Amino acid sequence: MTQKEKLVLVGNGMAGVNAVEHLLKLAPDKYEVTIFGSEPHPNYNRILLSYVLAGDSKVEDIVIHPYEWYANNHIILHTNQTVTDIDTAAQTVTSDKGLTVSYDKLILATGSNPFMIPLPGADKEGVMAYRTIRDCEIMIESAKKYKKAIVIGGGLLGLEAARGFLNLGMKVDVVHILDTIMERQLDRTASKLLQAALEEQGINFLLEKQSAEIVGDKRVTGLKFKDGTVAEADLIVMAVGIRPNVELAKKSGVECNPGIIVNDYLQTSVPNVYAVGECAMHRGIAYGLVAPLYEQGAVLAKHLAGVETAPYEGSILYTKLKVSGVDVFSGGQFGDEEGSKAIRIHDEFTGVYKKVVVKDNKIIGAVLFGDTADGTRLMQMIREETDITGLEKTAILTDSSGGGAASGVAEMKDDAIICGCNGVTKGTICSAIKEQGLTTVDEVKNCTTASRSCGGCKPLVSDLLAFTLGASYDKNAAKETICACTDHTRDEVVTAIREKGLSHVREVMNVLGWKNEEGCSKCRPALNYYLGMVSPETYKDDSTSRFVNERMHANIQKDGTYSVVPRIYGGVTNPTELKRIAEVAEKFNVPTVKFTGGQRLDLLGVKKEDLTAMWEALDMPSGYAYGKALRTVKTCVGETFCRFGTGDAMGVGIELEKRFERLNTPAKVKLAVSGCPRNCAESGIKDLGVVSVDGGWELYAGGNGGVKVRVGDLLTTVKTEQEIIEYTEAYLQYYRESGKYGERTSEWVHRLGIEHIREVVENEEERKQLCARMDQALSVTKDPWKQAIDSKKIQRDLYEVVELN
Amino acid sequence: MKTQEEQMVWVQAVSYEDLALNTGKTIRYQGEEVALFKLKSGKLHAIQNRCPHKEGVLAEGIVCDDHVFCPMHDRKIHLPSGLVQAPDTGCVQTYSTKVHEGTVFIGFPINKELAC
Repeated sequence: MTQKEKLVLVGNGMAGVNAVEHLLKLAPDKYEVTIFGSEPHPNYNRILLSYVLAGDSKVEDIVIHPYEWYANNHIILHTNQTVTDIDTAAQTVTSDKGLTVSYDKLILATGSNPFMIPLPGADKEGVMAYRTIRDCEIMIESAKKYKKAIVIGGGLLGLEAARGFLNLGMKVDVVHILDTIMERQLDRTASKLLQAALEEQGINFLLEKQSAEIVGDKRVTGLKFKDGTVAEADLIVMAVGIRPNVELAKKSGVECNPGIIVNDYLQTSVPNVYAVGECAMHRGIAYGLVAPLYEQGAVLAKHLAGVETAPYEGSILYTKLKVSGVDVFSGGQFGDEEGSKAIRIHDEFTGVYKKVVVKDNKIIGAVLFGDTADGTRLMQMIREETDITGLEKTAILTDSSGGGAASGVAEMKDDAIICGCNGVTKGTICSAIKEQGLTTVDEVKNCTTASRSCGGCKPLVSDLLAFTLGASYDKNAAKETICACTDHTRDEVVTAIREKGLSHVREVMNVLGWKNEEGCSKCRPALNYYLGMVSPETYKDDSTSRFVNERMHANIQKDGTYSVVPRIYGGVTNPTELKRIAEVAEKFNVPTVKFTGGQRLDLLGVKKEDLTAMWEALDMPSGYAYGKALRTVKTCVGETFCRFGTGDAMGVGIELEKRFERLNTPAKVKLAVSGCPRNCAESGIKDLGVVSVDGGWELYAGGNGGVKVRVGDLLTTVKTEQEIIEYTEAYLQYYRESGKYGERTSEWVHRLGIEHIREVVENEEERKQLCARMDQALSVTKDPWKQAIDSKKIQRDLYEVVELN
Repeated sequence: MKTQEEQMVWVQAVSYEDLALNTGKTIRYQGEEVALFKLKSGKLHAIQNRCPHKEGVLAEGIVCDDHVFCPMHDRKIHLPSGLVQAPDTGCVQTYSTKVHEGTVFIGFPINKELAC
């Protein structure tokens, strides 16, 4: 048996471990691997730290290689241990804990250090960098005690940190030396759009500010600028850039300037010593993004494995901002330079901005804001230096919101990179899908590492699944089963209900072999909805399969009391109604009366046993403020009162609300009608938004002001108010029939593609049929409050509280 | 040593017939709130009406087999034992029930230290 060579990796970060992972695949028996890491964690995904800070992920979620991975691959891992010396003659490394290990090959992957501006006062408590899990933990800890943060640096990292602070409930200022943020990634227009979007989220920007001094006694209290002004702060995070960490290399005589100089095979000036990642300097560039580091790692791994490889010749950079609700992408050379021309699209209505820079008939860069679905395709064109001479210029930027994405992947070549972070090609993914029978994005992720880093390519991976598996994918893609009680998907269940004529929740479970006899809190409400959707006229709603709010027809609050929201059509009321609401509120000692986000009155703090009496006194229909149903139709005053209004917003809104009230839908549905494009009713972020425009009405679909803000897509433009109703009927009915229970229209429109939905509702025959089925569904609805008032049994079963003595 | 029976006070609650299936009924007794359930099988279960997680009102939860899901954050609670299911731990107080001549009685412990 031949002796294994000894490979030592200094640095347990993404770049180095990725190279080792590649190497193990190529030559599993060639090396005995030892890894040193200064941090007390296994290899984790630093890119996702912003999600941890934002509270969307936990530390354990961002671990790429858990301890078992090291063990399974026989890697000796020393965490919490920093290599302090390299003896390049004896070929050994020594750690701060006195451990000496010899090597045949040494990889330096020491990464980089955050750059700390040497301001007076920078040593005060509460001044920190944002780089490691520890930093992240300190920030989360601090947020419990302190209220105001300053982030110095308006780059990618600074903005993600700032967003994290908002999520932690802190106020935050971002200080930046220039007058535009993310200037290295964005042009002026995109930068200003981004700034506005982030300001909307609550970040305050202090631009063109030069920091002078950090003030405070022991702990920081503020930041003083060169112009003499001061901003208050309990915590200051510096996110102004990184410097390659070359201390160890320098000390050991490895040439650095300023990063560790490497050639195209990642060799340093010292034999058998390599460098990869942020610490390395290749052709004058030290990269700070993950994709280039992985590209370097792949070359290094092949080289060390003794496999023939093309040299590493540098990377084309691209980046995305990972802040929820803001889609930003930039890649290549996006600045306006001599000899280049740009194609720009700027839709001020939807806030989408796209710019593609072209030089010598080749795309050399792109900036996308508001809709980044084109990013991967454009990057591919940049990498391949595609000649666009024959192409229609505006066609380069497709309307990606339309389901065209799937056909987009069909046109891609096999060597097109799908996952830029991990360098996974279309060919690799497609053959993995075919050969290993993969059916979900997660399986592809586990098998190929695509989408394992930033996750931005998930939609493309999903498209590839659809493209490779064809019709069978729909079934399998949604192999997202309804819940753990069943292996069936939503579509399979609905098909079974239709084909087998199932008519009861219990029956569905029996026939389809549910694992739990009575299901769970996930599948029961879903089945109840699907059954009601399929047979609105005959299905008897199962109230025990409804969530508390929909069973009680009031919103339960965290203290167990309820809130009552009577329907106020279109947000328009009158003194009589208002008086009655006020009197009822007084009579039942309602502690809080609040206007809701949808222009209605919310009577909060009502006891369960008072609900039916209160509804009777109100004598108004239920506002369904609790249901997976039509909630509100928000309106502006429109032409009736507004000097700019051109459409009867209130009239149309009231008509829509009267038409669709009590309609069950897969998730809550909110509508809005605006009397002019000023859009005071915020129609752009509603499930269906109607906007009066010159000569007609625009209908926007799939907008959402919720957790993930999404601007609606233009569904269609109609001339008459009658057509508004008709198209809304068809649209909502199609959503009812094809939406997954719990899926908002924003997700649904994204999943199906606006073009497909448009095709359906614009097809006269289909539209008529959908409207007819909608008619059927609406014909049987009854006001639940009235039903409860009229039924002693409902009152006893649901609202009675028995007091014992 | 008193038997379990002797350490309990039985309180007359509601008519068995009138209880809706799989729908919690809220019962108040001397400052305690109890959620009473009649399952599809006809079995009765009475538990403390507050979820140990964030005090969700358990009487309003969805009942599946012999579990109730807290309406607040979907914690799953085993009705016969009051145990909160993985990944959470903890338990809610359970109360004995019996039916006598069509009326449901709930047994409240005299010594509250006996709670779960």
